[in-house]
Amino acid sequence: MISVNGLTYHYPNTQQPALQQISLAVRHGETLGVLGANGSGKSTLCYALMGLVPHFYKGGYTGQVTVDRISVANSHLGEMAQHAGLVFQNPINQFSGAKLTVEDEIAFGMENLGFAPSVMRERIEWVSEMLRITQLLQRNPYQLSGGQMQRVAIASVLALRPQVLILDEPTSQLDPLGTSEVFEALRSLRREGMTTVIVEHKAELLAESCDRLCVLKDAEVQIVDSPNVVFGHPDVQQWGIEIPRYSQVFKAFVPTAADVPATLPDTVERLENYVADHD
Amino acid sequence: MLPITIDGVSFSYTPEAPVLTDVSLQFKAGATAVIGQNGAGKTTLMKLLNGLLKPVTGSVRIGAIDTREHPTSAIARHVGLVFQNPDDQIFKHRVKDEVEFGPLNIGKSAAQAQELALTALERVGLRAKVDENPYDLSYAERKQICVASILAMDTRVVVFDEPTISQDAVGVRRMGEIVRGLADEGKTVISIVHDMNFVAEYFDWVVVMANGRVLQTGSPEAVFQNKMTLALAHVEAPAMGKLSTAMGMSNFSLTVESFVAEFAAEFVTELQDFQNKLRGDRGEMKL
Repeated sequence: MISVNGLTYHYPNTQQPALQQISLAVRHGETLGVLGANGSGKSTLCYALMGLVPHFYKGGYTGQVTVDRISVANSHLGEMAQHAGLVFQNPINQFSGAKLTVEDEIAFGMENLGFAPSVMRERIEWVSEMLRITQLLQRNPYQLSGGQMQRVAIASVLALRPQVLILDEPTSQLDPLGTSEVFEALRSLRREGMTTVIVEHKAELLAESCDRLCVLKDAEVQIVDSPNVVFGHPDVQQWGIEIPRYSQVFKAFVPTAADVPATLPDTVERLENYVADHD
Repeated sequence: MLPITIDGVSFSYTPEAPVLTDVSLQFKAGATAVIGQNGAGKTTLMKLLNGLLKPVTGSVRIGAIDTREHPTSAIARHVGLVFQNPDDQIFKHRVKDEVEFGPLNIGKSAAQAQELALTALERVGLRAKVDENPYDLSYAERKQICVASILAMDTRVVVFDEPTISQDAVGVRRMGEIVRGLADEGKTVISIVHDMNFVAEYFDWVVVMANGRVLQTGSPEAVFQNKMTLALAHVEAPAMGKLSTAMGMSNFSLTVESFVAEFAAEFVTELQDFQNKLRGDRGEMKL
């Protein structure tokens, strides 16, 4: 679904590449989590997957990115919006600022692309059920809670039916309830077979919600693998990422493990096995 | 230390929508986390602490100072507040000027202000960026500038509104060390926090708020074991608390270190061997 081959990119008037020789592939229906310290290139990677790089941010671009079999560099932003949708950190930055109901806000992107009213209605119904915001459709989007706002932002992107959903730290501004609402929505999209790329610092939530993780450091990919292998990697301390407390506990007992649990249920099971083996 | 007493405080921005209702609290020296959903009244409470807002009824006292009887500028000498959104706080064009503004404003000399600013910037990891424009830096770095600006004022009470927003793993750890460092110096640190692991690892006390009222105050152990409080405030226990409960441990752990020690003591039969091994490995393990 997504293929990145040897992508190197630097922003205009900078020498330092923001992305350096990035190669990775995301399968149809897969959820890929992207982790890395601030400044490691995570947001730039999101922009490169949906076309802001190189169509809005110019600069030096070499390599190939294809999404849903479309070459991002040879496409344009309007076309890319129907293949890859980006959800920003702050939902208020995503809203049009021109609509007074959630329903109109979700319709805004479709109106711009000239969708028929019947299609818009059908899409709004579909996306509101999936994100559980049907009861909010007549509310003012600016009077919702943070978690509700972010689900409306996701809905407005999904209404265009992109093949790939990209989220750049979608819960960084949210309280715990808002965060769990957004992750619950992402898990239901995963069950529906949505291909998703999510940038996030919260390692424990990523481990619960992703098939694989990609770690970026200083503009380069360090590893792309399952959460259990990523967090068990001997170099994990050097990558500047949060390591789930669960993985840290297991590693304390089995320092040589190359594969560590990263979620609560896995950790309980592996610790019980560990105790049984040592009795 | 400077005790803070909030006595029967109610507050509303508009008469029909009370934001805080009959809140009574005492903040002690050490680090107190204030948790709860957005809209619970946490940020309003923080603004009452440094006099930006005054209570409609009840009183807020910083030591002997009643905030209703003093201007905010006088209270700012004692209570520093780091805003949630750095862009609400920053207004200078150079990092150094931004951080020196507070100390200069409370009467420090230029030399003192510079020294305080540089020490504070060192503490937040921005010493190398003193001459840059804050708006050329990232959101996370602007948040660190705001923390440095308040640290530079060397107030006895430091209030943070979500210090870990947008911080990466290194930034979160640095914020935690700042909170701990201030608390260990005997200052009163009060912070709104949404990350329960951060609360568990760095704070001494927790205040839980919901719908403008205080639900519970207590140690992190007490609060995070109270299922009713967690449900009403829509928060989950931190990871190590959940693991302690799921493993049926007799003690409720808050940190990786304490969980590992408790688990070894409770379940690992060759305890002595294990502890020796743990001691040997600790250098490279970096828990």
